[in-house]
Amino acid sequence: MSKKIRAAIIGPGNIGTDLLMKAMRSDWIEPVWMVGIEESEGIKRARDFGMKVSTSGVDGLVPSMKDDNIQIVFDATSAYVHADNSRKVVEQGAIMIDLTPAAIGPFCVPPVNLGELLKEGRKDNVNMVTCGGQATIPMVAAVSQVQDVEYGEIVATVASKSIGPGTRKNIDEFTRTTAGAIEQVGGATKGKAIIVCNPAEPPLMMRDTIHCLTKDEPNQDAITKSVHNMVKEVQKYVPGYRLINGPIFDGKRVTIFVEVEGLGDFLPTYSGNLDIMTAAGLRTAEMYAEAMANGDISSTATA
Amino acid sequence: MDLKGKKVTLHDMCLRDGMHPKQHQISIDEMIDIAVALDESGVPLIEVTHGDGLGGASVNYGFPAASDEAYLDAVIPKMKNAKISALLLPGIGTVDHLKMAADIGVSTIRVATHCTEADFSEQHIGLASKMGLDTVGFLMMAHMISAEALLEQALLMESYGANCIYCTDSAGYMLPHQVTERIALLRSKLKPETELGFHGHHNMALGVANSLAAIEAGANRIDGSAAGLGAGAGNTPLEVLAAVLKRMDADTGIDIFKLMAVAEEKIVPLMDNIVRVDRDSLTLGYAGVYSSFLLFAQRASAKYGVPSQDILLEMARLKAVGGQEDQIELVAMEMAEAKK
Repeated sequence: MSKKIRAAIIGPGNIGTDLLMKAMRSDWIEPVWMVGIEESEGIKRARDFGMKVSTSGVDGLVPSMKDDNIQIVFDATSAYVHADNSRKVVEQGAIMIDLTPAAIGPFCVPPVNLGELLKEGRKDNVNMVTCGGQATIPMVAAVSQVQDVEYGEIVATVASKSIGPGTRKNIDEFTRTTAGAIEQVGGATKGKAIIVCNPAEPPLMMRDTIHCLTKDEPNQDAITKSVHNMVKEVQKYVPGYRLINGPIFDGKRVTIFVEVEGLGDFLPTYSGNLDIMTAAGLRTAEMYAEAMANGDISSTATA
Repeated sequence: MDLKGKKVTLHDMCLRDGMHPKQHQISIDEMIDIAVALDESGVPLIEVTHGDGLGGASVNYGFPAASDEAYLDAVIPKMKNAKISALLLPGIGTVDHLKMAADIGVSTIRVATHCTEADFSEQHIGLASKMGLDTVGFLMMAHMISAEALLEQALLMESYGANCIYCTDSAGYMLPHQVTERIALLRSKLKPETELGFHGHHNMALGVANSLAAIEAGANRIDGSAAGLGAGAGNTPLEVLAAVLKRMDADTGIDIFKLMAVAEEKIVPLMDNIVRVDRDSLTLGYAGVYSSFLLFAQRASAKYGVPSQDILLEMARLKAVGGQEDQIELVAMEMAEAKK
């Protein structure tokens, strides 16, 4: 039997499809199901890739989860329907990797706290914060690992074409969830998140600016080294993650500019915001899968 | 142009847009003093708080002298007739800010998005409208798209519950015929009961002319600012517009001599630098750059030794939209690097 852990993806939209394409290359995850609420382009694509599909939402998946040994489920829908999806798949013994900003489970930003989460053992639900959070919280953490950060603020600028209707409808969930994770994962005492959407053609690459206000004078050498190290950690799963300038220092302000170019799996390369989300979600799932395969955490769904 | 008897609601911006040239440092006492004087001049609607609206307090846009809550708390109880409005940019502020402002007693919430991104405002317009607030959809940088494209976005905001839609010339780029074209199309296609507004910047010295064009084409709410205190070369100078409208026998309900006194005696002395059309602010208008980028470009110019005008022109070339202040320092650094 393959060591791979079998998985389902809920949400056959842009994020779900991009995630599927990445998961099909994974050494640890075997995508089996794609779940939608109706016939759609995304469902058709998943079927073409050989996936089993549900067009009746998560209820169409649940009866087959045990038989198909689905142990990890990704939710790429929206914060509003996530709670219901999560409850149903967790009842079937799967781990939910939440790519919506619902934030039911603990926040996970892989290079910052995935190791800690794994040490805590099995979780029912892990939340991937937001695209802006995945792109910026590693930088806040890189500074807060050196010295106290009293305030962390991120500005995510994304191409209009890379923000779907779900995010637009619930933009406050983006700002709130990101701000919360800047504090809880990034280590800033207070967090703030701003998102700006630019419709320029050709679409601009995702750009993020990270401002930290340190408690004491910043240790410039140590912070610079920490930032460069962290960029390398992120590049392990998002090769297009680049430091474009900084860290620059102005009194107690530390500012870092990054750019995120996607892999271009399903979405164009400018959608680095979506790419970093699917890459982080998959990275998290792979680490859980590896821990399950090694018996470090229990895989309760195994029949 | 015949505006005789036409009722026009003038909306003062000096305590919100005026926060930009003041780097958000207008004190609570100054705000109370000016708002009371505007109220006594018959200005019916006054906007206060951070220049970038509710929740704007940040490293990116600047930390204000006092919180949104403190400004609203201080000003609202002092008003005899004037109502107070607040601006909210989704992506910066949230419905939590909106609820806070409503609890303190604002009459009007203006939800602002870039002109192509109206669907970011559904949550906020929907809630404000449901709460019974005067709810305005505020389409910024409206020069960047055609009248037809603007209409599509305006229809979205109207469908979410906005009872008034603004064509917002954030860059002070529009010429009068472009204002006429946009407002006239909105007027012919939006519900007859939906009000229309125009927000101008004086970067091409067209604030008053554009406002008149908007009124003639069907707008009934016009933003201006006493002594023009606002981003870039400022907003449409409100006392000038009020005087012009008075000469045209339009009905604004404003005592123009009292308003002139506010501008002359309270606002001008408050200015750190005289807000006027100069090389940089004219460049904003000429090239179509978001007006609040002005001071950011000037500070970056001083720090990195590249001309502020060049920074602004580069921001225009990048098609930067409102909120991208963070890119200004980056652009200046890159230009300085390229010069080496």
